[in-house]
Amino acid sequence: MRRCAEASWNMPTEGHANAVALRVCGLSKRYWVRDKGLWRRSALNAACDVSFDIPAGRTLGLVGSSGSGKSTVARCVTRLERPDAGEIWLGETDIARLKAAEIRPFRSAIQMIFQDPVTSMNPRMSAAEVIEEPLLIQGRGTREDRRANCAELMEKVQLSAGWLDRRITEFSGGQRQRIAIARALTLRPKVLVLDEALSGLDISTQAEVAELLQELQAAYSLTYLFISHDLPLVARMADWIAVMSAGKIVEQGPVREIISNPKHPETQKLVGAAAHFGAALAKAQGASA
Amino acid sequence: MSRALAEISGLSVHYTPTGGKPVLALDNVSLSISQGEVVGILGESGSGKSTLAAAIMRLLPARTEVTGCIFFEDRDLMSMSERELCAIRGRRISLIAQDPAIALNPVIRVGTQISEVMRAHLNISRNERKQNVQELLCEVGFDDPDRIARAYPHQLSGGQRQRVVIAQAITCQPSLVIADESTSKLDPSLQIQILEVMSRIRRRHGTAMLWISHDPATLAGFADRIVVMHQGRIVELGETNQILHRPQHAYTQKLVGLARELSLDAPMRRGQLEYAN
Repeated sequence: MRRCAEASWNMPTEGHANAVALRVCGLSKRYWVRDKGLWRRSALNAACDVSFDIPAGRTLGLVGSSGSGKSTVARCVTRLERPDAGEIWLGETDIARLKAAEIRPFRSAIQMIFQDPVTSMNPRMSAAEVIEEPLLIQGRGTREDRRANCAELMEKVQLSAGWLDRRITEFSGGQRQRIAIARALTLRPKVLVLDEALSGLDISTQAEVAELLQELQAAYSLTYLFISHDLPLVARMADWIAVMSAGKIVEQGPVREIISNPKHPETQKLVGAAAHFGAALAKAQGASA
Repeated sequence: MSRALAEISGLSVHYTPTGGKPVLALDNVSLSISQGEVVGILGESGSGKSTLAAAIMRLLPARTEVTGCIFFEDRDLMSMSERELCAIRGRRISLIAQDPAIALNPVIRVGTQISEVMRAHLNISRNERKQNVQELLCEVGFDDPDRIARAYPHQLSGGQRQRVVIAQAITCQPSLVIADESTSKLDPSLQIQILEVMSRIRRRHGTAMLWISHDPATLAGFADRIVVMHQGRIVELGETNQILHRPQHAYTQKLVGLARELSLDAPMRRGQLEYAN
């Protein structure tokens, strides 16, 4: 595997030579936007020289305010978009340059969970159809195998296997996000990219799904790229935090470092905003901090 | 009648889906809102908080069974005709929806969309309207109202769009603003910005607000009173500090506990990290 120039800046891999599940080097993506009339287009650097490592079985939290380029990174890493430059090492393969047909086998290794469980699923499908679709696309398993697999996954995400034939519209937001997790796990991936996957949920549902994700991570040594604007949530889920602003990673470090000693103004802004609500709550509760 | 701005008593709402059995969305809800008061509604999805907002605006879908009374400025909203309601909606009571991307028309400049509210409700000249749009945009914290007024919704960020929707909502200086999860999709620094804008509007115009949220932390520094809703019922109601400090109902205790877990110093309190402020 190639080494990154800034490897020392990245999350420690704890001495295992081959322990990096996902390595991103110098990832850049530029969009052309029409902001000066209909015909004149200007470049927007949505991601600019983004580099990070995620050791197997660990979680990297990617935070930043809206428009900072977090989702662009998620879409490039999962190759829903083709990056303009940079490398994406998934295990031993750089998937950044692969063509659509070449990438298909590698899709089983990296899967994504989207923010909105309503729009990320076909409302006409049943839970079973949603969960087995990745297997159909990959052309794996017999009908019975797939059915058994769906039932097993439903139990894994703590839903009843008896609900498999219900329409997706009959489930609540939290249940749908569990089904999205089941769908992402169908191909037994190594890496899960979670783009604001908990942001649309109520706080009690959020807490339950967060716990489920942590249990699944421990059980299957999954590697997470956890993306959110919610710093306290990221602090809870991640081992290491990278802060994005205007397409660049401006600061990264262990959770403790980032929260207690933010250096970059953007990080300070995020920590300040999160602390504001914590302080308001503490003040209202009379437990003056 | 007392001097309450809005008085809701015994409000129940049944949704009756075609072919399905009726669903009880609100169960005997009573609540009063005083002039200039900010009432926070705390509850999760399915608690009936959005149904309550829609019921006050009389925007519930057809085939909905509503019982109970809603008095607003001493008038009975339940017995009003559609025509009378149109004079109230957007003028005396306005609604800030959750998603500003859907609330705004994508092919009309935002200045025109704010101006539309005045065209519907106030009999003032085109120039006055234009002037008012500028003032409203300043009031919600824009430094360059000219540029914003000329922009289309897609040219603005989420926080900017939400402020445009707020400007629309306060155009006619309503006495009650209902905000349904208006900040929950924004990032925290934008949330703070919106809450500051709303506090300023309240100080200036004495606008009462019904602020709906699932997050106790958002309501903490903002609401005067909190109403906790669960499965269509009000389970607890009281001063903000009292609700957050000494929640009585088990459900409130759970929500407040979770909010503390999710605040930034929680990992530090658990001893995982030391707190350097």
